[in-house]
Amino acid sequence: MSLRAQPTHLVNPTPTVAGIMQKVLIACVPGIIVLTHFFGPGVVTNLLVACVFGVLLEVLVLKARHLAVKPFLSDYSALVTAVLLGISLPPYSPWWLIAIGMSAALVVGKHLFGGIGQNPFNPAMVGYAVLLISFPVPMTQWVAPQGLAQTPGVIDALVSVINHRYFDGITMATPLDLMKQNEGQTMTSLFQLYPQFGRFAGVGWEWINLAFLAGGLWMVQQRLFTWHGPVGMLAALGLLSALFYDGGSSASGGSPIFHLFSGATMFGAFFIVTDPSSGATSNQGRFVFGALVGVLVYCIRVWGNYPDAIAFAVLLANFCAPLIDHYTIPKAYGYRDPKS
Amino acid sequence: MSIQLFDFHGGICPPEHKADSNAEPIRAAPIPQQLVIPLSQRQGSAARAIVRLGQAVRTGETIAEPVDELGVAVHASSSGVITAIDYRVTLTGEVAECIIIETDGIDRWHAMTPHPTWREYSPTQLIDLIQSAGIVGMGGAGFPTAYKLSASHVDTLIINGAECEPYVTADDLTMRERAERVLLGAEILQQITAARRVLIAIEDNKAEAIEQISNALVARGERYQLATVPTRYPSGGEKQLIQLLTGEQVPQGGLPADIGVICHNIGTCVAIADAIATGLPLISRITTFTGGAIAQRGNLEVRIGTPLSYLLNWTGFDQDQCHKLLAGGSIMGKPIVDGDAPVTKTTHCILAATHTELPDPAPASPCIRCGLCAEACPAKLLPQQLYWYSKSRQFEPLAKYGLTDCIECGVCTYVCPSSIPLVDYFVTAKTEIKTKQNEQQRAEHARERFESRQARLARDANEKEAARAARKAQATANPEQSRFADQVDPVQAAIERAKAKKKQLLMAQPATPDPSVTRLELTSQLEVMSQRLSDAKLNNADQKILTALEASIALIQSQLSDDRIDESKPSDLAESKHINPAGDI
Repeated sequence: MSLRAQPTHLVNPTPTVAGIMQKVLIACVPGIIVLTHFFGPGVVTNLLVACVFGVLLEVLVLKARHLAVKPFLSDYSALVTAVLLGISLPPYSPWWLIAIGMSAALVVGKHLFGGIGQNPFNPAMVGYAVLLISFPVPMTQWVAPQGLAQTPGVIDALVSVINHRYFDGITMATPLDLMKQNEGQTMTSLFQLYPQFGRFAGVGWEWINLAFLAGGLWMVQQRLFTWHGPVGMLAALGLLSALFYDGGSSASGGSPIFHLFSGATMFGAFFIVTDPSSGATSNQGRFVFGALVGVLVYCIRVWGNYPDAIAFAVLLANFCAPLIDHYTIPKAYGYRDPKS
Repeated sequence: MSIQLFDFHGGICPPEHKADSNAEPIRAAPIPQQLVIPLSQRQGSAARAIVRLGQAVRTGETIAEPVDELGVAVHASSSGVITAIDYRVTLTGEVAECIIIETDGIDRWHAMTPHPTWREYSPTQLIDLIQSAGIVGMGGAGFPTAYKLSASHVDTLIINGAECEPYVTADDLTMRERAERVLLGAEILQQITAARRVLIAIEDNKAEAIEQISNALVARGERYQLATVPTRYPSGGEKQLIQLLTGEQVPQGGLPADIGVICHNIGTCVAIADAIATGLPLISRITTFTGGAIAQRGNLEVRIGTPLSYLLNWTGFDQDQCHKLLAGGSIMGKPIVDGDAPVTKTTHCILAATHTELPDPAPASPCIRCGLCAEACPAKLLPQQLYWYSKSRQFEPLAKYGLTDCIECGVCTYVCPSSIPLVDYFVTAKTEIKTKQNEQQRAEHARERFESRQARLARDANEKEAARAARKAQATANPEQSRFADQVDPVQAAIERAKAKKKQLLMAQPATPDPSVTRLELTSQLEVMSQRLSDAKLNNADQKILTALEASIALIQSQLSDDRIDESKPSDLAESKHINPAGDI
């Protein structure tokens, strides 16, 4: 009796790559809903345009690389990048801005480095950084959140996608902008002076951050990633802002609660820092990586040139990931002392 | 009484499939017409056959003896006639020397010596009995039990009945039906090791086995304790089980004995009990036959050396249904490459899985570095990094990331969302590293040989130079001779000189010619010299050069004719493949 050789490899019941990516997309939903509630249909047009370009670019690049389109397209990774970039951009962004951002993200950030799993930088943040440097004006125009002004309608949103217009009169500085530009106001008077600050971190932004936090916690519960990265980042950001928060003088950079619930903090902590390929490897390493992002976010927000800092902080930390990996190899079974 | 349990890192809870094969009691498999009994086990050294062709043997008779402490004796699994001692392929494709017995169907037993008074025996006596009974680790590793027992004193003896791998129920059934023998074996092991406590570890999915063992434990006092461990693969891995029960880790590169622990399998205990109490050597084992392609699933008591195909026929194996045939369970099982190969002392399970049970994995997609493998790795390694470096064959980082600490449990492969066969990469990388090390060793040897040869050649050249200088000096001192030298036939003169030198050499080393000079080397030197001579003649070279070359040739020829020169050194012959063997010239 003779038998052919068979692989020992088992089929597993754990999620596939596509399953993981789908869950990331689902976890974005609460945040997207709240974003749309506060900023109007421009959020949805951003996402739709980003997804269309995401799929188109992915197909084109896969063809150019002579790779099978279907298995790679159906892993949803291009869509995840598109959704993450779409969420990051100011609502009502024009199509060409999104297209350039997606090209930078997918072509440069992902495929030039070898495709999924091989990117040393977070693709969505590569796209975002390219846009922020190249087109600073449209990248910093945020419409006022619902409650402070009437958000543009669906027609306005569609028009803006094709023929970009600034919604003069209803664009408004974000709380982080105001904090950045603050000179001489104490925190209390700042909060009284500008309605944008809301309860503790900004009208709309408080809810948006809570929604992304909820989505993020669900992903932790679903074991898509461990708590180390997000906790590292939030802890570092919270600690640093507490350290420099002197009770609310004009020189203070904002309270910990303000920083934790402003801008893209929670989105960054759970959706950007947790990118496994561009981050550190071990749990310990991921904590250090997250903490580094948190420190950089605070430094750039308070002492740097940009009001928010997730993209630059993450990209800078991406540079450090191999170094972090080098020093955070976990102690394997049977080692009493860390390996030399 | 419950034992405090600790935790080990990672692990998985795959579908167990234990019920497929644990419903029926153990059945004795019939004895085949031909037994193929390997002389080597999975580990340790091969035994030396002590039987001759045509010799009649009885069941349990020793047919091969260990050559060192790393070997065990081998016994005839049934009575019959030795028909061959030959190399055969094993289930998983290795080649092993085997003794083939044509059975007589009578199963006549060899006289057995029971040792009812074993409690008075010394540990050494008991260990010797275990070695001569041919006992190896029955959990699958096959490490010689006697050698393992020769380790120093231990505090805790762990009897491993966890049996964590899906589909396998051999230990489960053994504990259900042979609890007394399990504990008798444990008592013998306790006496040998002088362990302070004996823990019998069983996964909590084996209720009946737990009941049988705890019943048998009643009469055995405080020293013996039952430890019910949670069902989580690989709790039955030696290192993981030790961590579960003691909270300590076996030091890297060390043995369990280093932390005062020794671990033996349930099946090994039964084999030891049989060997000591009844004098029955290890000639059979319990093997699980399971999977959808086997009609009569269950556990068989199989004589060692029974061809698998014979047993598959007997259990109603359906080749058309079988998608994968594995030796072992669904996670660590190795593909069976030869169905006619025999069941050995370490074959604890034969899994004939259908397509639905073990479908082909999805094609592997790129690693997204999600880290699920690191979460699940019981050795606390980073499989995603090991994969990266295995794939790119970077052996240094592989060492840094602890490739050698990988226990090959297959958990990483199981959890990988990209369905990358991670553990296969690691096994391959380990093999490659081993091959590379062997090559390096060989290269080192070759370098040493080359260098010593160079040194020898240099020494010879120096000697030649010195001799020439001496001759020149002599010629200047006696100008008479040199004047007549032209009239003498130069070849004849050279031969004379060569003869003189040979004589000189022989006088210098009267008893032993230089053993490093071989006929082979001389022949190749001769060839080179003849070539140079003909070149020189073609180029109308100076007469002196021609004379010198001819003299050299004559010297070599005379050396070749000397029968005291080593005919040929076999090692040199085998290794210097670039030189023609002497006979070809």
